Amino acid sequence: MTVDLSAPVLTATATRRRQEWPFYLSAAVLALAVIAAIFAPVVSPFDPSQTDFGALWQPPNATHWLGTDQLGRDILSRIIHGARPSLLGAIALLAVATVMGVLIGITAAWKGGWVDTALSRVTDVMFAFPGLLFVVLVIAVFDRGQLTSVLGMALAYAPAIAKFTRAIALEEMARPYVDAYRLQGVGGAVLCGKYLLPNLMPTLVGYLVVLFGEGLMSLASLNFLGFGSQPPSSEWGLMVQEGRTGVIQGFVGPALIPGLTIAIVVVATNVIGVRLSDKLAVRK
Amino acid sequence: MVALRRLGAMVLTLVISSFVIFAGMYAAPGDPVAFLIGNPENMTPERIAAVRAEYHLDLPFLHQYWIWATDLLHGDFGSSFVYQQPVTDLLGSRLPVTLSLVAYSGVLFIVIGVLLGVVSALRKGTAVDAFITGITTFATSIPNFVVAVVLISVFAVKLRWFSVSGPGEGFLGRIHHLTLPAVALALGAIAVVSRVTRQTMVEQQSLDHVEAARSYGLQSRKTVLRHVLRNSLGPIVTMCGLILAGMLAGTVVVEGVFGLNGIGSLLVEAINTHDFPVVQAILLYMVVAYMAVTVLVDLIYPLLDARVLARSVS
Repeated sequence: MTVDLSAPVLTATATRRRQEWPFYLSAAVLALAVIAAIFAPVVSPFDPSQTDFGALWQPPNATHWLGTDQLGRDILSRIIHGARPSLLGAIALLAVATVMGVLIGITAAWKGGWVDTALSRVTDVMFAFPGLLFVVLVIAVFDRGQLTSVLGMALAYAPAIAKFTRAIALEEMARPYVDAYRLQGVGGAVLCGKYLLPNLMPTLVGYLVVLFGEGLMSLASLNFLGFGSQPPSSEWGLMVQEGRTGVIQGFVGPALIPGLTIAIVVVATNVIGVRLSDKLAVRK
Repeated sequence: MVALRRLGAMVLTLVISSFVIFAGMYAAPGDPVAFLIGNPENMTPERIAAVRAEYHLDLPFLHQYWIWATDLLHGDFGSSFVYQQPVTDLLGSRLPVTLSLVAYSGVLFIVIGVLLGVVSALRKGTAVDAFITGITTFATSIPNFVVAVVLISVFAVKLRWFSVSGPGEGFLGRIHHLTLPAVALALGAIAVVSRVTRQTMVEQQSLDHVEAARSYGLQSRKTVLRHVLRNSLGPIVTMCGLILAGMLAGTVVVEGVFGLNGIGSLLVEAINTHDFPVVQAILLYMVVAYMAVTVLVDLIYPLLDARVLARSVS
């Protein structure tokens, strides 16, 4: 069988039209998740921790749209309420990691010299560690819980953001406007905060949105291991853990539905992240 | 010179990380004596003093670190608070499960990942390419514990092809038992490797020497294997190495789901029972394993790319 190395490439417009719909679908999915998180008590049909021992392990039906779990709790309501800790956790993780990472990255790029060497060496060492190491250390010192798992993961994500920020900041600093401001006597801190950072934002945002999806997955894994949110929280990773007992008995819903919810939200953020970085970084 | 600097950086990283790991466990709340003695009735002042002396808990922090570190260099990781046996024995009995799981998973993700990448690069722009790219994009977005639950519910519970837990007996038994865990661990990696392979091969395909080889009338298969894939190996090997290194520390979740008695489940257990010597040893193992694999990749790299070798010699 011969292989054609010069396969036809789709025309630009056809590709663009084909690539638009996943973006809008993903935006809708994320919007739905955010609405669920904000208006959870209003939109969920049941109380998320209300048990019903007459209706254990129910498959999806008219009363319980997604069925019930091992305690007869309504899975749809639990998913809706679980959007809060799941999304908030990922947002907090990203916020802490971004503040640390961007501060380190910009400082390293701006100061240069030994400051850059020292900071880069530290981030390189941290970058080389498995993310789990930070989490385990933080949990060992401060005990488990949502806050500690978020902080531990933030430590694990900060080096990557620092590396990325330093790289794009160095690129941006080569542009003439930076020298122009410097010649006008604008101080380093002001210049970085007021002029340099806003210009880095477009590139940074796409990257951060993709990281958001990753962070959501990592946090869900920690919750699945029991290191993060504790019951009766219905964080999605924790829901998979609790529903796992049913899988062996053949009741897959309670574990699979929250699992798929995580996957769908992460796919959506990835699609949006890639699209945003394409759109926002056009000027390059 | 480069090798020396590299070695120095490694030693420094090890020293720093061992210090951070030790300090973390030292700062952990709760008196280890309480876990060590266990039964509150035995809490006599003499007993407490004896235990403190036995585990060097009465010494200042830096002195304790020094004793721990020198013991480490002699291959002594201390003994487990919970199991009352040397940590090295404990790790020795758990390590084979984790290593065989990672090895199995490594074979899966390298073979399948590269294969998918090559196919989608050669069929760039076709439906096959779109299908593979779509599937792999989705695969990277599913956490591996969700993949694990899906695999268990389909292949172990519904179809009964595989058993639900345990590492299995004998070579074939182990392969059979580790198949689902290995697939769960490898899925995300397959997606990443196939994407990197596709990317580098597409770049390589447009280069002049490939064009020249094709215009000489060389068979497509030969062109692809000897010119395109051969020159794409660098990034692919680097990526595979990084993923493999991460996997050595990343089996925690998969081991938990499938009930495998490996290093990962031992770590979770040790954290839950405040078994600090075990936690310290496993964290250190993770750092060392990561560094070992990345160094190995750095050593292999020049063999694949003669230009790197020439540069480092000159």
